[in-house]
Amino acid sequence: MDKFGYAQSQKYDTYAARLLPREEFFTSGHRSCQGCGEALAVRWVCKAIGRDAIIAHATGCMEIVSSGMPQTSWMHPWIHVAFENAAAVASGIETGLKILARKGKIPEPLPAVVAMGGDGGTSDIGLQALSGAMERGHNFTYICWDNEAYMNTGIQRSSSTPYGAMTTTSPPGKRSIGQATWKKNMVAIAVAHGIPYVATASPSYVFDLYFKVRKAIETPGPAYIHVLSVCPTGWRSATDLSVRLGRLAVETGVFPLYEVVNGRYRLTVQPPKLRPVIDYLKPQGRFRHLRKPELDLIQRQTLAAYELLLAKCQAPYPEFPVLTPEADETSPEGA
Amino acid sequence: MSAHPAKAQRVGMEVSIAVSHAVQMARAEAIAAYPITPQTHIVEHLSSLVANGELEAEFINVESEHSALSACIGMSAAGARTFTATSSQGLALMHEILFIASGMRLPIVMVVANRALSAPLSIWNDHSDIMGARDIGWIQVFVKNGQEAYDHTIMAFKIAEHPEVLLPTIVNLDGFILSHVVEALEFIGQEEVDGFLPPYQPRYRLDPKKPVTMGAFAMPEIYTEVKFAHQVALTNSARHILEVWEEWAGLTGRRYRPVETYLTEDARVLFLTMGSLTEVAEVAVEEMRAKGVPVGLVSLRLWRPFPFEALREAVKEAELLIVCDRALSPGGPGGPVHSEVRTCLYPLETRPATVNYIIGLGGRDVPPEAFHDILAQAQKEQESGPSGEFFLYGVRG
Repeated sequence: MDKFGYAQSQKYDTYAARLLPREEFFTSGHRSCQGCGEALAVRWVCKAIGRDAIIAHATGCMEIVSSGMPQTSWMHPWIHVAFENAAAVASGIETGLKILARKGKIPEPLPAVVAMGGDGGTSDIGLQALSGAMERGHNFTYICWDNEAYMNTGIQRSSSTPYGAMTTTSPPGKRSIGQATWKKNMVAIAVAHGIPYVATASPSYVFDLYFKVRKAIETPGPAYIHVLSVCPTGWRSATDLSVRLGRLAVETGVFPLYEVVNGRYRLTVQPPKLRPVIDYLKPQGRFRHLRKPELDLIQRQTLAAYELLLAKCQAPYPEFPVLTPEADETSPEGA
Repeated sequence: MSAHPAKAQRVGMEVSIAVSHAVQMARAEAIAAYPITPQTHIVEHLSSLVANGELEAEFINVESEHSALSACIGMSAAGARTFTATSSQGLALMHEILFIASGMRLPIVMVVANRALSAPLSIWNDHSDIMGARDIGWIQVFVKNGQEAYDHTIMAFKIAEHPEVLLPTIVNLDGFILSHVVEALEFIGQEEVDGFLPPYQPRYRLDPKKPVTMGAFAMPEIYTEVKFAHQVALTNSARHILEVWEEWAGLTGRRYRPVETYLTEDARVLFLTMGSLTEVAEVAVEEMRAKGVPVGLVSLRLWRPFPFEALREAVKEAELLIVCDRALSPGGPGGPVHSEVRTCLYPLETRPATVNYIIGLGGRDVPPEAFHDILAQAQKEQESGPSGEFFLYGVRG
């Protein structure tokens, strides 16, 4: 994998797609839904991780679609234990490898250790185990597949569900606008642990995702990557729009792509002009019930958060929304 | 205490420290633990053994017992000889992961310093913690003193890692009553332990050169078969447990049996105990025998797999079996041990009557006199027909 190492990574920003690995580590035949942005992310993340790695996965969508005994989609050595403990399991693996290498029982260099989990398994039930593993400084990478709700159990809200979204446990009604809280900022929580590498990523930006994963793997110590994973089933969006929605999340400033290296923020994808958030919200049925006051509030909050991020990145201030909302071609059935 | 005791060296030592030396002599490679009274002395001393380079191992201080056992699963799956220790609320917090460790057939060794469960909070001894974890699919052993704690901690690794067993193993020792007591102990030399317990050779491990998927989920078509395989392995482990104990007897002269008996010959009344209560009951039984009362003692050492045949054999001649439980099953039949003992004896044509006394909850002291008292009460209950499903001995109010 050396030729895809971080030192070389900048050279590949020239879109040499054919130079990315062809080997598949997350194989076809798994049972994810049509248009699953998360499965796409897993596929590219696994390519970036490379062959010499061990994966600990939390219970959740990606575990359940890929590991029905006696089949598996994982070409890596892979272990699933429970919902809330992927980071703890990974810290055990890393520790086990370390002592076995010290005793000369296994060769060095040691394989990379990667933990993966959904937004529920990361920002809710798995937060304690993740915090402990980051604080202890294990050499591992944690990847959060954020599809913004408990999709596997039937679209229940999590702390990562965005404001206003309809889920089965945050339904809009006479006294509810849907999810009434703002999305938990997992990246800031990871950064607060003082770990050397934290990033956001999206499978709609494959090169950006690929090299962030490489950097995370090659960084000694804990690394955290938060991957926005479009979920047509839970977001009530058209299955052919998953890549497009991932791009719109970035272009509207809802999910900016950035990295934090040793505490220093850097935007890795900076749209020259932001689109209005309605372009991102409208194709998704989960926001269908929102009216102008809520939409305006989301727009204001998105810009405020984006400005804060730009300040942290010391990035130039772009022109804020000047583009007109997209026409209805991206909305499901022209809704 | 030197790090390398000479052969059959007799030393005075706190039992927790002895357990940590047993773990050291077993050359455990990876340890994950979280502090909880009364297990703390074990992991504190292990930490210092690792810190001083006296034990070549990695020790991680995790942020909860849930993560302790989760990390142990990772360590064991990576191929390392793995140890942890806990008590009470810690074991309860681990509960979910206990089943996963055994279902994944990872030979982790855990010492549980048995302690009561909240509420009300109590740091003192009883068996509520482990009795809530009867069905976790681990091998479970109880010890009655520090020597046994040392012996069984070393043997647990050999049993757990046996290629035909591959099951996690718990050594139960009574919190405070054993864990914090200084005893005279006999250690064997490191060379003897190394000869007895070779390095762990994992059958499968997480290795990019030979990738495997561990912890796959099972559809209804296959779940029952996996559970059956686990059940068969646990039941059949009894054979290998006996082999290991026999080998230890050859090495140390200390022979252990799944069901231990004490002065049971021609005993009409038998007590049944587990853990440290056994030594107290031995004193009481000796006193009773001295007065000419034909009383004996049976103690369960192997709790899982349950030694059905050995127990039937041990109690079949008795008229009355007084089962002493150290845990309560509220709203149920009384003590969990009594429930299982009755189940074990039910198929017999002639079997002793049983009476169940629940004693020593939450650290309540049980002196030998209590057994005299219980004997008198139990005989009265037997004559008049039991007045209850179980008796909470010594309760006020």
